[in-house]
Amino acid sequence: MPSTYVEAIREGIREEMERDANVFLLGEDIGIYGGAFKVTAGMLEQFGERRVVDTPISESAIVGAAIGASFMGLRPVAEIQFADFISCGFDQIVNYAAKCRYRWNAPAPIVVRAPCGGGIHGGPFHSQQNEAWFTHTPGLKVVLPATARDAKGLIKSAIRDNDPVIFFEHKALYRRVKDELPEGEYTVPIGKANVFREGKHISVITYSAMVHVAAEAAGRMEKEGVSVEIIDLRTLTPLDEETILASVRKTSKAIVLHEANLTGGFGGEIAARITEKAFEDLDGPVLRLAAPDTPVPYCPPLEEAYLPNADKLVEKLRWLARY
Amino acid sequence: MGQQVTVIAGNTMPAVKLQELNPEQVAESHERADLARRSLYYMALMREVEERIERRLYRQGKVVGGVYVGRGQEAIPVGSGLAARPSDMLFPSHRDLALYFIRGVAPRQVFAQYMGRAGGLTRGRDGNMHMGDLDRKLVAIISAMAASIPVAAGAAMAIKYQGRDDVAWVWFGDGATSRGDWHEGINLATVRKAPLVLICNNNQYAYSTPLSKQMACRNVADRAPGYGMPSVIVDGNDVLAVHDAAVKAAAHARAGLGPYLIECKTFRMTGHSAHDPADYVPKHLFEEWSELCPIRRMEKRILDQGWGSSAEIEEIHARIRRETDEAIEWAQNSPYPDASELLDGVYGS
Repeated sequence: MPSTYVEAIREGIREEMERDANVFLLGEDIGIYGGAFKVTAGMLEQFGERRVVDTPISESAIVGAAIGASFMGLRPVAEIQFADFISCGFDQIVNYAAKCRYRWNAPAPIVVRAPCGGGIHGGPFHSQQNEAWFTHTPGLKVVLPATARDAKGLIKSAIRDNDPVIFFEHKALYRRVKDELPEGEYTVPIGKANVFREGKHISVITYSAMVHVAAEAAGRMEKEGVSVEIIDLRTLTPLDEETILASVRKTSKAIVLHEANLTGGFGGEIAARITEKAFEDLDGPVLRLAAPDTPVPYCPPLEEAYLPNADKLVEKLRWLARY
Repeated sequence: MGQQVTVIAGNTMPAVKLQELNPEQVAESHERADLARRSLYYMALMREVEERIERRLYRQGKVVGGVYVGRGQEAIPVGSGLAARPSDMLFPSHRDLALYFIRGVAPRQVFAQYMGRAGGLTRGRDGNMHMGDLDRKLVAIISAMAASIPVAAGAAMAIKYQGRDDVAWVWFGDGATSRGDWHEGINLATVRKAPLVLICNNNQYAYSTPLSKQMACRNVADRAPGYGMPSVIVDGNDVLAVHDAAVKAAAHARAGLGPYLIECKTFRMTGHSAHDPADYVPKHLFEEWSELCPIRRMEKRILDQGWGSSAEIEEIHARIRRETDEAIEWAQNSPYPDASELLDGVYGS
């Protein structure tokens, strides 16, 4: 029986809470309501109010309290109801959690879970893919699973990790993607990319929901005789540069794809590293496909125009294949 | 310190002869005298270390960054810090140096910290009061005021989670109470009935901004009822008054009754930092508040109550000067960290 992405995350958290009595959850509406997306459904019933803490609407206090609890030996998993609201807890993440190990050797092993991404007509404040706010901050680990299998394995790794992890769950994937999960205990390492699809001619380097967009486009390009390799980064910080470069050296062409808007997005970083370290292997410019530099619009025609999709990617792939 | 013939029960009662007290009262009086002398030591040590940092090392260019001192406010960290248990978690603000000494941090580590040396608590990674040591249950402040409040609330929640009767203590200034973090953190802690003691040093100024432009209520303590939390206002320049309030607040928190706020009225006898001449502060305020110096008041009380002699007080100061001289010498000989350490410790793995 395959598990959905949301079930996989829930199962991963549940297993970690059963394994380690120091793991507890805090966030808005995560208890009796089970979370806005039901990720924590059933947790209150199983673990009780001590370990499943409904908080006031106070993102800064949620993250700050998680940090303080982590100093005491606990393993807090904080939920930010929508990644868009993470800005309200920004200082605690980027100035407090990210820097305390470097400054005074005080690890803050917290997980901040944040449902991100568009495609659900959520409008400007329920749709953002804002990982770049955090990839620019040393000290944080930034994880964005694309599949149910990875979501479970990565949330377990995140909870066990000794550094603060920002865990972006794509809300459009919660019930749309499924996997047959491995039997029994498994984890997926943070900092390791996955070759999602092997190919020969062009590498598409991407993550989160865009992995599935890339898969659709790759299927279409196959019929045109272009073999596309898809690298699912899974983690942006630390970045698995080795897997990216190995793929580009093999295919000699690369497109970086992400849902976040273009300017200052993580795609620029990947493109720069490929250019710096694999320039001699390239047979064309490194392209980027990303959302335009606007807020995420609400109505279907505008949002569809905003989001990268298979059509837009096919267009880029054709252009690069001809180059 | 020798035992005194004449002892005092309580802060304000007139001196009585030892033979007039029952054994319990004698023990209590001895305890009081001991607390008074320890308070004087830590307040005077904080004053001396900060004087050297601000008025010598900083002016000599040996402190590479900013200096923020708690001159005139020493009674607050000392009175409350001596009321905390060693197993309690402390979240000092940037004017609470004495808490570090009470927890066993050596003055030489503090000098090295200010000078950016490898012997400082952050090995040159951060400066001034931005230092902590988890083994000593001291948590480093960050520059954004009140950011410690939610973190301390989380530590208090963890204490409760772990079923212990320790307390998390957090210190902050009046200016910090304007930040959202202050309100969010306290609200969460009160809702959770977490064992948190909140200590405000209301020194009347946030950098150059007077309290009247910081908040419209009269006292910081006035904010407490909005959170369903008890509060008390104390003379922040009276170390024993601060101590007694802190003991009461901690007992409240340990009993599972939730957070407790202590507002200590005091005055910042300096600029915001060493580079700030504080021209915006009316001179008469400095003059009036200098009459209320917590160190001189404690010395006077020790003499008045017979808790110690002038010679003993002078010996405390002499010992501090010696310790401080040696500490500066050590810190100046501590090397800078090697540039090869730059990339270390951003991540644990």
